Amino acid sequence: MHLTLEFGGGLELLLENSTKVHKVEVPPKDGEEKVTMKGVLSWAKTNLIKERPEMFVKGDSVRPGVLVLINDCDWEICGGLDAVLEEKDVVVFISTLHGG
Amino acid sequence: MGGGGGGRRREEIEGELKKLRAERKELDARIRLLESQLEVGPVGVGGAAAEEGVVDGSCDGSVACRGRGGNGFAPDGGLPADMIYRYSRHLLLPDFGVEGQRKLSQSSILVVGAGGLGSPVALYLAACGVGCLGIVDGDDVELNNLHRQIIHKEAYVGEPKVKSAADACREINSSVKVVEHQHTLRPCNALEIVRKYDIIVDATDNLPTRYMISDCCVLLNKPLVSGAALGLEGQLTVYHHNGSPCYRCLFPSPPPVAACQRCSDSGVLGVVPGVIGCLQALEAIKVATAVGEPLCGRMLLFDALSARIRIVKLRGSLPDCTICGKKSAFTEQDFQKFDYENFTQSPMSDKTAPSVDLLPENARITSRDYKSMVDNAEPHLLLDVRPTHHFQITSISPSLNIPLSMLEEKLPVLETSLKKRAAASGKEPSLVVLCRRGNDSQRAVKLLREKGFASAKDIIGGLQAWGRDVDPDFPVY
Ligand SMILES: [Zn+2]
Repeated sequence: MHLTLEFGGGLELLLENSTKVHKVEVPPKDGEEKVTMKGVLSWAKTNLIKERPEMFVKGDSVRPGVLVLINDCDWEICGGLDAVLEEKDVVVFISTLHGG
Repeated sequence: MGGGGGGRRREEIEGELKKLRAERKELDARIRLLESQLEVGPVGVGGAAAEEGVVDGSCDGSVACRGRGGNGFAPDGGLPADMIYRYSRHLLLPDFGVEGQRKLSQSSILVVGAGGLGSPVALYLAACGVGCLGIVDGDDVELNNLHRQIIHKEAYVGEPKVKSAADACREINSSVKVVEHQHTLRPCNALEIVRKYDIIVDATDNLPTRYMISDCCVLLNKPLVSGAALGLEGQLTVYHHNGSPCYRCLFPSPPPVAACQRCSDSGVLGVVPGVIGCLQALEAIKVATAVGEPLCGRMLLFDALSARIRIVKLRGSLPDCTICGKKSAFTEQDFQKFDYENFTQSPMSDKTAPSVDLLPENARITSRDYKSMVDNAEPHLLLDVRPTHHFQITSISPSLNIPLSMLEEKLPVLETSLKKRAAASGKEPSLVVLCRRGNDSQRAVKLLREKGFASAKDIIGGLQAWGRDVDPDFPVY
């Protein structure tokens, strides 16, 4: 499935060349038809995150302080880890900022 | 800081200027008092102007800001001629008009933090004619603030930020009541201060304070206009207003300490907090006047590098939120006792860096020890493990720069350098590791010792200690 994954708020530092926007092809998990957020997280952890994975995930979710947005909508409204993605969806992972 | 040029004479002029400014301030206050008596009629009802410029020096803060008649508006609700002229461009806006200006003039807004975000917030709120503007900050103005904290001027370096900001606001609009709260907001004083205002603006620079302000606003039922900026990105939302979540609804648990970047480590492009601060002022004005749709239940994400602004929909207030949920048992007493620094494992300041302690004493030397190594021409190699762009700012010469993140893969480079040094001096050189503050150097020495560089030692306190204890001319950053 074609997805756009974006990283911001400092999370991009965990990726190769600190690239923020990634157009990717995420396959469903073995034996499943749909791609869920849970699948996207583990795919991104394996294929995109280059260092300090604990700065991205905790358990099978994102670490505290990271907002996840599916098509500009808080994933809590869309079903969280179980949210099912559709072709060309845009998923944004953004770390909350505290500076000023 | 010498600052260059005619020492004594400059001091005299500055002294004279200070005296004259104080006299002018005194005269201005008397003029405003007399004018207000003329406007209001028989001897000043409340004397709005006379009370202006109050300083709240105490922790309990006895200055009340709520429920006062708006500045500029006469008791009958009409605008005096000079106010019509002053705010004419607001009054001409059909959506804003006299009613908007009246509400603004009756509102009291507290800006927490007079830094990069707070600067434009306070300037715009003063200029636009809010009734009462409170500013909280416990820090002093520093030279390295000025590139982004545009409310402060060079002449105020070393002075309290609150005083500097309040003076700037009064210079722009003498009809606004500006209240100075010259201390860091803490659980012991937050309730007292926040209670006096209608709207709170979070313009702070650290995580524990953000949790604290949000909790406080929920307890006292105040809308919170929250902004943040770092590097080349900014974020903005309005918490606890029109069904929007509180900070804890979004972030029930704090992030790991290593994920908390600070402007004093990661840097920030000056105009980025400026953009977010302007938007915070705008949202505060919208909340105060009930004009338009404030950014409730939505968050604005600003990416300066790609010139993109994205506005995303957030979850609503969570029914089971421990702070704003219906069944919340969180009281004002709980709040005052809550240890926000412990909760987040970070200090309530951008400046105090959490320091690590990873090495035994015999694996560390002081900056003075290093100085005598150099003076005694002891063969050694100085390894600077800061990121390359830090190394380019300044460095101790000669030194070898291998950033900590690349150290493991570049060990052969280090090996070669050590061998060269050994050949040149005929002795085994020692390996001394340096960074900015003495944290990364410990991580590096730990790694080096594991990889067989048994003699590696780090310099306690890094370049900051070097600048403080050995070479006062070394540029700190
Ligand atoms: Zn909440």
